[in-house]
Amino acid sequence: MVSLKELKKGFFTSLWFVFLTFPIVVIKVDPIERTVMWRWQNALYMAAGTFCVYLLVKYFQNRKENQSSNENKAQTSSLIHRALQKPLQRNILFGVVATFAILFPHLFSTYQTNVMTTALMYVVLGLGLNIVVGLAGLLDLGFVAFYAVGAYSYALLNLHFGLGFWTVLPIGGLLAATFGILLGFPVLRLRGDYLAIVTLGFGEIIRLILENWGEFSKGPSGISNISRPGFFGMGLNLEQSIHYTYYLMILFVIVTIFVVNRLQDSRLGRAWIALREDEIACQAMGIDKRKTKLVAFSLGAFWAGIVGVMFAAKTTFINPASFTFLESAIILSIVVLGGMGSIIGVLLGALILILMPEYLRALSEYRMLAFGAILVCMMVFRPQGLISNIRRTYKFEKKTN
Amino acid sequence: MDYFIELLFSGLTRGSIYALIALGYTMVYGIIGLINFAHGEIYMIGAFTAFIVATVLSIYGFPLLAIVIIAGVAAVLWSSAYGYTIEKIAYKPLRHAPRLSPLISAIGMSIFLQNYVLLAQTSDFLPFPMLIPDFEFMEPIAHIIGSTDLVILVTTVIVMVLLTLVIKFTRIGKAMRATAQDRTMATLVGINVNNVISATFIVGSALAAIGGLLIASHIGQINFYIGFIAGIKAFTAAVLGGIGSIPGAVLGSLVLGLTESFATGYVSSDYEDVFAFSLLVMILIFKPSGLLGKATNQKV
Amino acid sequence: MKQPILNVTGLSMDFGGIRALNSLDLDVNNGEIVALIGPNGAGKTTFFNCITGIYKPTAGDIFLTPPNSSKKISLKGLKPNQVTEKGLARTFQNIRLFPKMTVLENVLIGRHCRTKAFIFGAIFRTPATRKEEKNSLETSYFILEKLGLAGFANEFADNLPYGAQRRLEIARALATEPLLLLLDEPAAGMNPQETIELDFLIKRISGEGQAILLIEHDMQLVMSLSDRIFVMDYGKKIAQGTPAEIRQNPAVIKAYLGEEVDA
Repeated sequence: MVSLKELKKGFFTSLWFVFLTFPIVVIKVDPIERTVMWRWQNALYMAAGTFCVYLLVKYFQNRKENQSSNENKAQTSSLIHRALQKPLQRNILFGVVATFAILFPHLFSTYQTNVMTTALMYVVLGLGLNIVVGLAGLLDLGFVAFYAVGAYSYALLNLHFGLGFWTVLPIGGLLAATFGILLGFPVLRLRGDYLAIVTLGFGEIIRLILENWGEFSKGPSGISNISRPGFFGMGLNLEQSIHYTYYLMILFVIVTIFVVNRLQDSRLGRAWIALREDEIACQAMGIDKRKTKLVAFSLGAFWAGIVGVMFAAKTTFINPASFTFLESAIILSIVVLGGMGSIIGVLLGALILILMPEYLRALSEYRMLAFGAILVCMMVFRPQGLISNIRRTYKFEKKTN
Repeated sequence: MDYFIELLFSGLTRGSIYALIALGYTMVYGIIGLINFAHGEIYMIGAFTAFIVATVLSIYGFPLLAIVIIAGVAAVLWSSAYGYTIEKIAYKPLRHAPRLSPLISAIGMSIFLQNYVLLAQTSDFLPFPMLIPDFEFMEPIAHIIGSTDLVILVTTVIVMVLLTLVIKFTRIGKAMRATAQDRTMATLVGINVNNVISATFIVGSALAAIGGLLIASHIGQINFYIGFIAGIKAFTAAVLGGIGSIPGAVLGSLVLGLTESFATGYVSSDYEDVFAFSLLVMILIFKPSGLLGKATNQKV
Repeated sequence: MKQPILNVTGLSMDFGGIRALNSLDLDVNNGEIVALIGPNGAGKTTFFNCITGIYKPTAGDIFLTPPNSSKKISLKGLKPNQVTEKGLARTFQNIRLFPKMTVLENVLIGRHCRTKAFIFGAIFRTPATRKEEKNSLETSYFILEKLGLAGFANEFADNLPYGAQRRLEIARALATEPLLLLLDEPAAGMNPQETIELDFLIKRISGEGQAILLIEHDMQLVMSLSDRIFVMDYGKKIAQGTPAEIRQNPAVIKAYLGEEVDA
């Protein structure tokens, strides 16, 4: 179990954290009323909390060390992967999930359906970013910009020209993809950190332009009264529209998973992974890194654009505040949590990160805190994510040549 | 002409603040090759700590000078402690991980700290006490340069000089330079690299805390989000001057501060942040090594 | 009949004030094994980097000529992936495999420049794409078998023992169907047994008609394998000839061992 020495260290660690967090956590001043509130109980919570966390961390570290190190290296298939291999188990799993997904709006309230639709949108966003970050290894911190392009293209085209959802859907996607190429060109030569910062800069620039160029984007007050998606020209009431949007998103998710799966397992997908693993070797093996990067950016952006159009149609109101760097960080968290490059991982990551705060309403104000903590913890403890990277295995019969 | 000089000093003041923060970025990048995304939050925490301590002391009736000194020391002390702790938790375990990992960890830490302060304190803008009184001898030129500006400029100069002396002439300074150049070799000659890295974070955080204290007095209010924008701008300045170069960070900060001041003064103030971001993007694309940095070739 | 596959003339490379390569001439004929040797820092890897497009040479010409053709393809100014497309493939001094891809996938990457499928093909799996994939898989597996790596096919590349990793790099380069194979210190870090196996392997590959240019420090291996040897020192060619000629060349001896002080 845990040794005395570790207990002592835990004790001192918790003392350190009490000291560290003292001004911010314990003291609360009201400068107008000129009062000071001393929240001593917080110090206690902090001490107890850090002590427990420290012991937990040490416990898991000890356990990991005691296991044979070879286990990590071989392709360990997780429970889910093994379930997916056997056809019977796979079909049962799919059947259950599919039935649940189809019946969902009828089992739960419209509010819940809305929340699930949002989660599904983040699944698609996560899958889009997964192409850029997970497969191609390009840390794009400005992904939200493409999301914004999609949303604003629908909002503006709808406002000025009355174009409908289905008309703008491909337009929004293609426009976002174009922006993806435009963003990609200047950053082709940049490595990891610089690429991340430049993309972050682009994302912020787009948002700030949307906020300040009022004549074009209507500024901070945003655009409202955007048309919902049409159903063969018929009008839908609110509940029907919410259900309709939900089923549309299910469809989008299925299509996206299909496409991303195909891409991953193709010549292009392998080129992306080679690019991520070693850019120089990848070029030496005949892969045009510029083309490969640009395609990654534009495809990822395409999906963000499509979801953007859907977002504008679903909420019928958009403004620049929805497209901050924080959004990019959330989508990144989904990809990181799920496991870079893994489709199921992104699915799980999105569902966990978006649905949990809804169902843990009492703790919802800790949501962003949890995001930050998750990013740090995942990188330190499990960088491969929830679902680790499994490469496709091929079987060969013995050829008699 | 008066307007020009006013903008000039305003720019220098801005530049000084950016410099205090940029130094932390550049020192950390120089030594472990990491962009410490959470550095802006250290600055913010410094400002908050100073705010809290100063307000408490003023409520209990301490004299102004005592408040300034104690709040300043507190800000430096706690920011350094945060810098040290963050390095141990979020960066040290990732020293040999692929480059993406510590960067993501830093982003996570940044978000975590922002929300930590938000939850533990408040989302409101808090009024920062005027710790720097208007000096009488500044009266005649007060419309061009305020007392606070003067204090900021003077403090920054003093800090720069001290930092340069430390880096150039002390043992720890030499150890920092050695570790920045070749970490493995530094270990082999007996330098305790972990301590040197911790010391770098501590010094960088202390500088940021001073910056936080000064800017909060200058602007008169703080909130949990000020670290983000200040961080990006200071990072821009560090990259502009050549990331990893201490004189570069100072030069870049002054250039950024002055250009921002003149651009917003003569052109438009709405797009102030767009300007900083655009400058950052331009430099990274066209001259990533910055003004004083050297382009490094990757060995194949 | 001698027919040069690679023809390099007057190649020079300056890095700031340093002349890393000084007007170098080198040629490799079809089916030959040519070795490039020289003391450390002579500029051998720089030479490889120049002809494969990683560096842009300051001066000189680089021509690739496919066998049974008179068309000379200039490699000057081409990007690395273009160079590989034209028919020059290499391995690296420090192994640069794709660690988190399987052995088979590493070799499949080598097929990239000889195949065409793009976004449409990837998503819709057209018959043409499927046929291309099947061909790539079969060719890659065949190459793995040839290099004795078939048993590792579904392993992550970074799980392989060192010798196998070096062979995998060669397999990957071969998958690009190169006109000329460049090997950068293939025997580095190998024990004597592994080196002997490498000797057999390279001779076997050469026996199938593959032209090879290698950089190597292991003199026994060089003497055993090479048809011709070029010797470099301080960026210049100081000698060229058959192994027997080089062994006795005074300039070469001086470069490696220093001036003889007569007792």
